[in-house]
Amino acid sequence: MNILVCISHVPDTTSKINFTDNDTKFDQNGVQYVINPNDEFGLTRSLWFKEQQGAVVHVVTVGGAECEPTLRKALAIGADEAIRVAIPATDGLVVAKALAQVVQEGHYDLVIAGRESLDYNGGMVPGMLAQLTGFAFVNTCIKLDIDGNQGVAVREIDGGKETIAVTLPLVIGGQKGLVEESDLRIPNMRGIMQARSKPLHVKEMSAAAATAQTISFEKPAPKEAVTLVDTVDELIDLLHKEAKVI
Amino acid sequence: MPVLVYAESDQGTIKKIAQELISYGRGIADQLGTTLTVAVMTDASAQNLAQYGAQNILNIEHEVLNTFSADTYAAAIAQAATSINADVVLVSSSANSRYLAPMIAVALDAAYVPNSTQLPVSTTPFRIKHSVYTNKAEAITEMTSPIKLIGLSKNAYGAHSFEGSVHTTNFTPELSTSKCRVTATDRATDKVTIADAEIVVSAGRGLKGPENWHLIEDLANVLGAATACSKPVSDLGWRPHSEHVGQTGKPVASNLYIAIGISGAIQHLAGVNSSKVKVVINTDPEAPFFKAADYGIVGDAFDIVPQLIEKLKQFKALNA
Repeated sequence: MNILVCISHVPDTTSKINFTDNDTKFDQNGVQYVINPNDEFGLTRSLWFKEQQGAVVHVVTVGGAECEPTLRKALAIGADEAIRVAIPATDGLVVAKALAQVVQEGHYDLVIAGRESLDYNGGMVPGMLAQLTGFAFVNTCIKLDIDGNQGVAVREIDGGKETIAVTLPLVIGGQKGLVEESDLRIPNMRGIMQARSKPLHVKEMSAAAATAQTISFEKPAPKEAVTLVDTVDELIDLLHKEAKVI
Repeated sequence: MPVLVYAESDQGTIKKIAQELISYGRGIADQLGTTLTVAVMTDASAQNLAQYGAQNILNIEHEVLNTFSADTYAAAIAQAATSINADVVLVSSSANSRYLAPMIAVALDAAYVPNSTQLPVSTTPFRIKHSVYTNKAEAITEMTSPIKLIGLSKNAYGAHSFEGSVHTTNFTPELSTSKCRVTATDRATDKVTIADAEIVVSAGRGLKGPENWHLIEDLANVLGAATACSKPVSDLGWRPHSEHVGQTGKPVASNLYIAIGISGAIQHLAGVNSSKVKVVINTDPEAPFFKAADYGIVGDAFDIVPQLIEKLKQFKALNA
């Protein structure tokens, strides 16, 4: 089984979000970049397929050379090869179209991406990729088993879950549950050394025209100070009369 | 050219999240000087969608649509949009709509911006304000594709009141069966879901153990609320992952969010930012959550929560 894991290079979840250049650009000052958490759950599950079922795991990202340390980390954890598509990740559709080309050229059976990235929260690339390639698609996937060309996926729905039977090729929008938090791997020294000699292909292609371009950013207005109360009666009264939520 | 809203239904009833979306769609249609068509997949004739702003109803009928599948639903909605020449298509932020929206975007070669928080900032050029960085910021994005697909954040616009009547037409799309076959569904029908809840009661490690969660469940029952938890609580296995609220868990956009024994890590706060009113109950007056809250009580959950349950019962009895 050939697996492609799509990875976003995103600010660590503890990052302070600020903007520069007149609020038109994300301020990278002091920001640590990581593998997008939703992607990391999928990557870790794909390594299980590698170790238990002999799958080959490639990772891919779309973006500049600054994304390469994130790809190297994926290689250090156990992925076999990495691909960086050297175009700017301007919008979701541009990224999905670039990835669709990688998927078609690489003959992948299974594509795992995160349900959404923690920067733009678009949640659109996996579904777009499925539609562009004609692959089946399961989003918000919390469990995945593959046997031959048959997959069984569990999808989180509002208020529960459903089990889906599907034939490969398949695109997964993954999240926590594909593996547990405790299953995530930290690269060890041997992995880091091996990652240096694993292939990292830089793929040039012409990008599709962007049709959604962010013009500017805004931070929310500072919040008014909390109203502290001493008794439950006061709280209920405020929630009823002032906030009008009960 | 009209605006098309996809109004989700659950067992024949148009969902609340769709009522809000219809009003939002009417707002955009008015801005553009056009009309609003609401696509439904159930008989909505008795549900007076005109009161939320619907002008036309497109009743999409096909036997394949009797059960939800993202690919068939997306194909049906895309075909419906093409049939009326819609150039703006709107979806909600429910799990199902977020599942199918990217497929509609490709089918219509439309730019897609989810998490919209208000009406377009301008329509020429077409600019949408939407939340990014898990509600830590907002962006203004210019959409330049001929057809535009927008997802509305839950509880960001609210349902508005309109008068009028609707004109209903039927539409039969051309569909093949889904690539996905649902073999089992496990859904608690007697519990309020985090996605639908107007009030969410959430607790963290301050509750000390899963055996104390009856307090949270009792409080949620009195309020008709959904229960949720912090990331450590789900990682410890005290509560299921599906209750984990935060940056890597579920977002909450309820009217009222009550956080009990949750200190308020930045990742948790990001997930609950779009809730309207936040109440914090915590023993530690320095807990970061107090800075993000509207109301707070510094005190022990084991002391405060039972009082809150009793007093709310009395309040509910008086205000029923």
